[in-house]
Amino acid sequence: METIVAALPYLLKGLQVTLYIFVIAVILGFIIGTVIALFRLAPIKILNWIAKIYIDAIRGTPFLVQLFFIYFGLNSLSWISFNSTTAGIITVAINAGAYFAEIIRAGIQSIDRGQTEAARSLGLTGSQNMRFIVLPQAFRRMLPTITNQSIISLKDTSLLSIIGIADLTQQGEIQASATFESFKIWLIVGIIYFIVIYLLTILANFLERRFQLR
Amino acid sequence: MSVIQVKNLRKSFGQLEVLKDINVEIKEKEVVCVIGPSGSGKSTFLRCLNRLEEISGGQVIVNNHDITDPKININTVRQEVGMVFQSFNLFPHKTVLENVTLAPIKVLGMGKEEAEKTALELLTKVGLKEKANGYPGELSGGQKQRVAIARALAMNPKIMLFDEPTSALDPEMVGDVLEVMKDLAREGMTMVVVTHEMGFAREVGDRVIFMDGGFIVEENLPDELFSNPQHERTKAFLSKVL
Repeated sequence: METIVAALPYLLKGLQVTLYIFVIAVILGFIIGTVIALFRLAPIKILNWIAKIYIDAIRGTPFLVQLFFIYFGLNSLSWISFNSTTAGIITVAINAGAYFAEIIRAGIQSIDRGQTEAARSLGLTGSQNMRFIVLPQAFRRMLPTITNQSIISLKDTSLLSIIGIADLTQQGEIQASATFESFKIWLIVGIIYFIVIYLLTILANFLERRFQLR
Repeated sequence: MSVIQVKNLRKSFGQLEVLKDINVEIKEKEVVCVIGPSGSGKSTFLRCLNRLEEISGGQVIVNNHDITDPKININTVRQEVGMVFQSFNLFPHKTVLENVTLAPIKVLGMGKEEAEKTALELLTKVGLKEKANGYPGELSGGQKQRVAIARALAMNPKIMLFDEPTSALDPEMVGDVLEVMKDLAREGMTMVVVTHEMGFAREVGDRVIFMDGGFIVEENLPDELFSNPQHERTKAFLSKVL
């Protein structure tokens, strides 16, 4: 018990870093995903191709390789330089962005064409139709899958400890080797992750009920 | 004065030519009903009038706008042309009132208060004022269609297009919707109605167009067309539906 009490402040400090990276990366990832989804659906060939290449490249490579490429690979170029936290945020955002893009594309396509036709026949422009009619409905349908991907991204952040970011996992490692109490420390780290993700699920359920399609 | 002029209109979906050389003029305040077997191109014809379908050839002039001109701002033309769909297409995430006020507020820049006042008047007109704060999901088919009509009217259009407005309705709901449409016709709205309701076409229409195979086969005054069809295809169709 004393081990845990002594380690807890460090672990919570790590949790702060984890949450900080997660929140920024998921928001960025969602913006990237929306743009890429609109690229995929745009009636412009080049944009379709950009979106497709981006999604395929991210889906076709492991997260860790993406992280190493961005942190070590890009950083080795002379004209580019960022710290590990930035690299971590970029990697999680770019990774989540590809998956969000597919979720958002499917959500937009699931909305009946008649909705767009009704909106356009009233004189709404294409972008007004997206903003007021299609996206609000698509978003409600996408919420469960968006929650899923966010949880996956949160767990992906634990891999950032490898490039030296002092996140929850990294702090766990430090505490485990300092105290020689691996069992207790990793158990408590697991519990902390579980609680955070559980709270995220509750938030998602609340949003889902709030935005329920009538 | 013609508010709609269609000259040599053609429309193809890939290899399939759905409309072949359609020519028609529709005058202000005229109620034109378009009848014909399924696959005759009548819905496609209607959807070309506000360019929901891209036009493959010919010319369509609506309210003096040449909508086949690629430089035209189609959104401004559509503001003057209301459309009612077979499947209603109400916005399920908006209340009935919001369905009606959305376009006046977002497209015409009307103030919320004014838009709601107009919307409530229109909902009263179609007999659904008490449903204003409900959602489309709570309405019956006939009620949905009447809201859809109010939504289109909220833009104060010069022309109303109806694409089989009663085809998806239970029989006992059809009457209410047709009543609203009759009122509109009486008020002098220019209407183009694709319909299977021969009774409506006969009673309310100023003119009936019979389409088959992508052509206008025959057009005439309703009584003339129904009691004395000139073409074999018209006769064959009417003998099946009347």
